[in-house]
Amino acid sequence: MKPTSITSCEEAIRVLAEHLDHELGGRLEAELNAHLETCRSCCSRAEFERELKARIRGLGAEPLDQDVAGRVQALLRSFADTPTP
Amino acid sequence: MCDPMSMATEAVRSSAQHAWFSDEVQSLLPKLYGAAVKLCRDRTNAEDLVAEALTRAWAKLPTLADRGTFQGWLFRILTNVYISQYRAARVRPEEEYLGVDAENFSIFERIHQPILLWWGNPEQEFFDGLLRSDLQAALDSLPEPYRSAVVLVDVYELSYRDAGAALDVPVGTVRSRLSRGRALMQKHLWQYAGPGHGPAQGKGERE
Ligand SMILES: [Zn+2]
Repeated sequence: MKPTSITSCEEAIRVLAEHLDHELGGRLEAELNAHLETCRSCCSRAEFERELKARIRGLGAEPLDQDVAGRVQALLRSFADTPTP
Repeated sequence: MCDPMSMATEAVRSSAQHAWFSDEVQSLLPKLYGAAVKLCRDRTNAEDLVAEALTRAWAKLPTLADRGTFQGWLFRILTNVYISQYRAARVRPEEEYLGVDAENFSIFERIHQPILLWWGNPEQEFFDGLLRSDLQAALDSLPEPYRSAVVLVDVYELSYRDAGAALDVPVGTVRSRLSRGRALMQKHLWQYAGPGHGPAQGKGERE
């Protein structure tokens, strides 16, 4: 599945997600970086996917309503009476 | 065992441990609750999930060897509770082939066309029109097992290894679930937030 060497745009795109996830590493990472420096189309694609990933990451924080915070505080207080084994 | 001195020491340790646990949980709570809402897609169930995960975490606290790994450990417990619940509900999400179009769907390929590039920057216009609610709806539209992989890796930045540990699957499975989940999300975004939808409407006519 994964190419052993980046010699085409198709192979670059195949490992792009792992590169953006900081999971590629090694020789493929170096080869992909070299490809991105010289290929405008793959470079634009990398920018696009990176931005989309950043937008999705922005969904992380969830506004806490008072009920949830209060319930968790009560739960934590109850643990004081049930020490860990 | 019944030495009052050692019982007192035990009580002090336990109370220090309790204070530490409470502080850590309170600071992680928005993230933890956020992950629960994204996994459950429902606030009431998410609250129950968080409560159950915290109860288990407190009981298992002595097994946590390194306090520096608390966050990953707590996320793993949360995910385990979530998975065991949907297993109990006899929902068996399976990896399935989604069809060549869905497996490889790419918004970039749709908008990065020479004809569109003539008229400006279609990628930027796509992002300008993209709302948080569009992204949330696209994430919510994902079926399991893809949603939990995307939530853990894209929203909460777990490594493939940590996500695999949390989901109890090998790294290769995390990779394929992510790939399918992301393609499905892009397809949903394209259908509901692509050109011609909402604020992105009429982009082509703008000067
Ligand atoms: Zn290329």
